[in-house]
Amino acid sequence: MSTPPSEGETRSQVLRLLGEIAPEADTTSLRPDVSFRDQLDLDSMDFLNFVVALHKEFHIEIPEADYPKYMTLNGCLIQLSAARS
Amino acid sequence: MPWNPIIKSRRDWETIPNLHDYESVRKEFSWEQARAELDGLPEGQGLNIAHEAVVRHATGPLAQQAAIRWLGKSGQVEDYSYARLDDLTNRFANTLQGLGVVKGDRVFVLAGRIPELYIAALGTLKHRALFCPLFSAFGPEPIRARLTIGQAKVLVTTESLYQRKVAGIRETLPHLEHVLLIGEERRQTAVPGTQNLYQLLEQHPRPYRIGPTDPEDAALLHFTSGTTGTPKGALHVHGAVAAHHITGKLALDFHPADIFWCTADPGWVTGTSYGIIAPLTNGLTSIVDEADFEAERWYGILQDHRVSVWYTAPTAIRMMMKVGVDLVRKYDLRPLRFLASVGEPLNPEAVVWGEKAFGRPFHDNWWQTETGGIMIANYAAMDVRPGSMGRPLPGIEAGIVKKTESGGVEVLNEPDVQGELALRPGWPSMFRGYWNEPERYKKCFADGWYLTGDVAKKDADGYFWFVGRADDVIKTSGHLIGPFEVESVLIEHTAVAEAAVIGKPDPVAMEIVKAFVSLKDGHEPSEALRRELLGFARARLGAAVAPKEIAFLPTLPKTRSGKIMRRLLKARELGLPEGDTSTLEA
Repeated sequence: MSTPPSEGETRSQVLRLLGEIAPEADTTSLRPDVSFRDQLDLDSMDFLNFVVALHKEFHIEIPEADYPKYMTLNGCLIQLSAARS
Repeated sequence: MPWNPIIKSRRDWETIPNLHDYESVRKEFSWEQARAELDGLPEGQGLNIAHEAVVRHATGPLAQQAAIRWLGKSGQVEDYSYARLDDLTNRFANTLQGLGVVKGDRVFVLAGRIPELYIAALGTLKHRALFCPLFSAFGPEPIRARLTIGQAKVLVTTESLYQRKVAGIRETLPHLEHVLLIGEERRQTAVPGTQNLYQLLEQHPRPYRIGPTDPEDAALLHFTSGTTGTPKGALHVHGAVAAHHITGKLALDFHPADIFWCTADPGWVTGTSYGIIAPLTNGLTSIVDEADFEAERWYGILQDHRVSVWYTAPTAIRMMMKVGVDLVRKYDLRPLRFLASVGEPLNPEAVVWGEKAFGRPFHDNWWQTETGGIMIANYAAMDVRPGSMGRPLPGIEAGIVKKTESGGVEVLNEPDVQGELALRPGWPSMFRGYWNEPERYKKCFADGWYLTGDVAKKDADGYFWFVGRADDVIKTSGHLIGPFEVESVLIEHTAVAEAAVIGKPDPVAMEIVKAFVSLKDGHEPSEALRRELLGFARARLGAAVAPKEIAFLPTLPKTRSGKIMRRLLKARELGLPEGDTSTLEA
């Protein structure tokens, strides 16, 4: 049994996926509790693509009604950690 | 035709629709009558949009009623009564006066949906300068292009947008004399080369008297995109307000005391004609939500603010459909009487889903930047044919035409025949020109018709059906994107030899922007380069305009004369036979 990934690893995975969608974005100074869209130039299609990418990367089901929970970095980390436990 | 019409009956009407009898209202309608519903400036001084939208209510029984109810991202609720809006727009008009702005100068606003945007828009109209909105998700390049073409004299924007998108291009904008900034949470700003908007508003508390305004005086400049060339500024006049006002009543069924919510951003024409002007001329309370789409937030707004008429867009409706009906059923939406949609054709599934989720269908309607207001619509009292854009408004004559070899057009009267959708000029909100481009304007007309660039059909009962675009313009999330604007940025990258941009069909956004590029010698396709190009385009164009997908090709297909064949690329993308690009018109 492998050890679960650390929060740091999950965090860099999430940021990498964000970087795939918006390569121009500087994610180093992201405020973790402020929505991505308030800090980065993302439109609604970008956000949709981001959630789909999370689903593929982490093999978790994300119902549409839960999308708002993934709008911040901390939101993503909380959801992903809950999905794994 | 697999979708049954949605039959309306008198039993469905708690409020009798304004357009209760399409045929008779259409027959009796005249634009003079529509105009007579407005006050006009005192002492016969003409017709001014801001007077009809604000001043006349601020001095009447609606003075203390909320004109705009602003909902901030962080949960703030701010009501702007007609009287308060009158005062604030007076201050803005006086500010322009103080800056030496004169009638006809262009005042651009680059901002999200914040109250200052609405104050600047209406204050600019009072001062008889031209209001020119810019979508806040534009990157520096689309902003620079529009400010340059429109020779902007004043730009109103936020400190953050200025720093991110304008400061770097400022020196390329010699016409831009004044930049008025809104600080974060309305705080003071101290950015070189700019002034603080609130400081100026405080310095100008005086009343403002609107000067004589001819109905043909320029009022609004809305940028839109064509297949080729730079963005074009569609010019509208103050007299357009007669159309904004009456189409609100007839197509959106505005009644006194309605709470109306238009979800469109004023960066696009819908957000100005129906997000600012029409609800106010009709004396309604207009909801403005600063935040972006989120199903739960939206249902909460509909419920908490007792929205009765709602005007939204297909992309948002399709996102709500993905969330499902369980969520919406938790909300009490009884006041909601009429649902409308615009931006791109609404698929029949979405029209019908409205009934499932809200107990009422969505009413699709059709118009464009150049028409200034709704032209063809499904009405509250008329049966809805799901997937159809509806029937022309009273005062609007629409036809399906085919271009002839002699440069004229032939009207196709047979039902269900595909051709270009055309309108008979003469309605008040028709554009009066493309800014400084008379030739481009002229090309839009033939044999007494305005040619819309949309391909459509008309059925035997007079309902119109959208088929596609006659050109290569991309329709995405309700916005028009010109491929040329995107291609021009991509070829600025050192590795790119050529670029072609198409609309790739998408189940949510209708189309997404997809770019094909070929590389210069010495550059090889790679994942790293693809990402670099994506970031390069996004940083310059902004998320709303930049491609979502980029693919490499060794060369791009061209005609003998060397023109890149976007349609062939689109055929390949759709898996259509390459020789058969005619179906792409469909």
